[in-house]
Amino acid sequence: MHSDAFDRYHHHDSALHRLDPRIKVVVAIAFILSNALLPDGAWMAFGLAWLFLILANALSDLGLGYTFRRSFIALPFALVAITVLFSVPGKPLSQFHFMMWDFTVTDAGLLRFISIVIRSWLSVQMAILLVAVTRFPDLIHAFEHLRVPAILTTIIAFLYRYLFVLTDEVMRLLRARQSRSAAAAGQRSGGGVLWRARVAGNMSGQLFLRSYERSDRIYNAMLARGYDGQLLTLNPHELHARDWAYALAAFLFILATQFVGWF
Amino acid sequence: MLYSPIQPMHIPDNFLSITVSLICWAITIITLGVAISRTNKSLGERQVPLMGVMAAFIFAAQMINFPVLGGTSGHLLGGVLAAIALGPWAGMLVMTAVIAVQGLLFQDGGLIVMGANILNMGLLTCAVGYGLYRSVIGSNRTVKLAVIGVAAWLSVMAGALSTALQIWLSGNAQLQVIVPAMLFFHAFIGFGEALITVAAVLFIIRTRPDLLGEGTESAQGGRGWILTGVLLTLIVVLLSPFASTNPDGLNRVATDLGFIQSAQTASGPLAGYTVPFLESVSASKIVAGVIGIIVVLAIVFITGRSMQNKRGLNTQSNNIQATRPPIENRKP
Repeated sequence: MHSDAFDRYHHHDSALHRLDPRIKVVVAIAFILSNALLPDGAWMAFGLAWLFLILANALSDLGLGYTFRRSFIALPFALVAITVLFSVPGKPLSQFHFMMWDFTVTDAGLLRFISIVIRSWLSVQMAILLVAVTRFPDLIHAFEHLRVPAILTTIIAFLYRYLFVLTDEVMRLLRARQSRSAAAAGQRSGGGVLWRARVAGNMSGQLFLRSYERSDRIYNAMLARGYDGQLLTLNPHELHARDWAYALAAFLFILATQFVGWF
Repeated sequence: MLYSPIQPMHIPDNFLSITVSLICWAITIITLGVAISRTNKSLGERQVPLMGVMAAFIFAAQMINFPVLGGTSGHLLGGVLAAIALGPWAGMLVMTAVIAVQGLLFQDGGLIVMGANILNMGLLTCAVGYGLYRSVIGSNRTVKLAVIGVAAWLSVMAGALSTALQIWLSGNAQLQVIVPAMLFFHAFIGFGEALITVAAVLFIIRTRPDLLGEGTESAQGGRGWILTGVLLTLIVVLLSPFASTNPDGLNRVATDLGFIQSAQTASGPLAGYTVPFLESVSASKIVAGVIGIIVVLAIVFITGRSMQNKRGLNTQSNNIQATRPPIENRKP
């Protein structure tokens, strides 16, 4: 398996790629927060937020529609919001009966539903862009600078580092299960749900032991290289005037979006 | 393919109101603060790579699926297994890392609502699972495994219930619809979780009994965990039927607390985003949002500071002890 199967980073040398990861993280979170603060039905503001996203895409060198195309993977989530349609009081638009409940679609509910879908669509795209233009170790380092406790960022760094290795291990386990799960033509093989769950449980236990023992070897190797509880990095992460300029521009744009949304 | 993006308990951004998201963040940050200080105290530096690889294990183990019915499949969620294998606090940190990476890297769950996601899928599952496991830690294998199964099922139900309540408190679903719907689906998911967790623990007990026995991290949790586990279990068991059959009472409470706007004027701090002395609704909404953000930032900052101080001290003491790696009680 290719070790980059999970990597969402796209290598380029664009303005956005060179931007300090701290600025990128803060701006992305501010953008998502700003979307959440916009009132329902603030179409102008949603439009502006979308424009911000397209500008960010342009700066990233990945193509204007990059995050738009990617966002469809995450869109099925939006359908979960369907319950909003029936739960906000307002003028009834249509009514139907399903199982033991009465559902009434209201105008306010419809407005809230469309607003939520747009907001979370915008937010997902920003998150997609963030990991596409920032190397994951840089991202973790940025969070460390932003005062996320070191033990958490270290665990996340290890998770990212060994995810690929353990995924390979899972692939081997799954392949082993598949190769032993042959069935004669027209005949059922294996047992019921309980039996299948037990096999999966044994595989999980097996993976657990392999991971546990691997972590021992990793620790010994780290000790051998002088590990003393601190992970070091060569990346200086300095903020330049250019980074501040981008941050300022982004915040002014977000403030303007809020202003348009509320007044 | 390997990583299925649709998991019902991962809440995306903007599905919870800002108020609910911030409250969940506050609870999560406080709990994690305690977890970090406890793990820093009890675990050596050796445990950091262990927790990291275990986080990767939970992530990878979620890919081991088995067919259930008509094309659907079950897989491990891992909260209870992590808590049992590593101890409750370390389990919480590991689950937090898993959920953070799912949200950050795969957009599986939002960033602003990540506090809620960590609370539902990481903290609650570990607390319920470990609490019940801790209460039978001295019993024989059959009792232990049975309780672990029940704990795994209940942990999923607790997460589902709290997710449903958060969505309802945000005013985005009706209580009498969202609670039964979430609990119904997760009753099946929890069943799969229970089966896999029991099988995995049984496998570990058979092959490496030393990992779960006396004197390991998993046996170190205090008796307070039993109380926590039983209390959370009672809440889940009692609140679920109440919420789905008699929603009016809870609706009333939520309205009074100002989460759900209704025709009556709600009172309470920042009720329905209105700050009392400000006339214009929209301006006061902004003020309420800003106050909420400041409160959370203050909590983050203060916890971060105290963590760093503690960590600084700890690293020093670790440096002194680093010549004695605690590996002598491990078999090759």
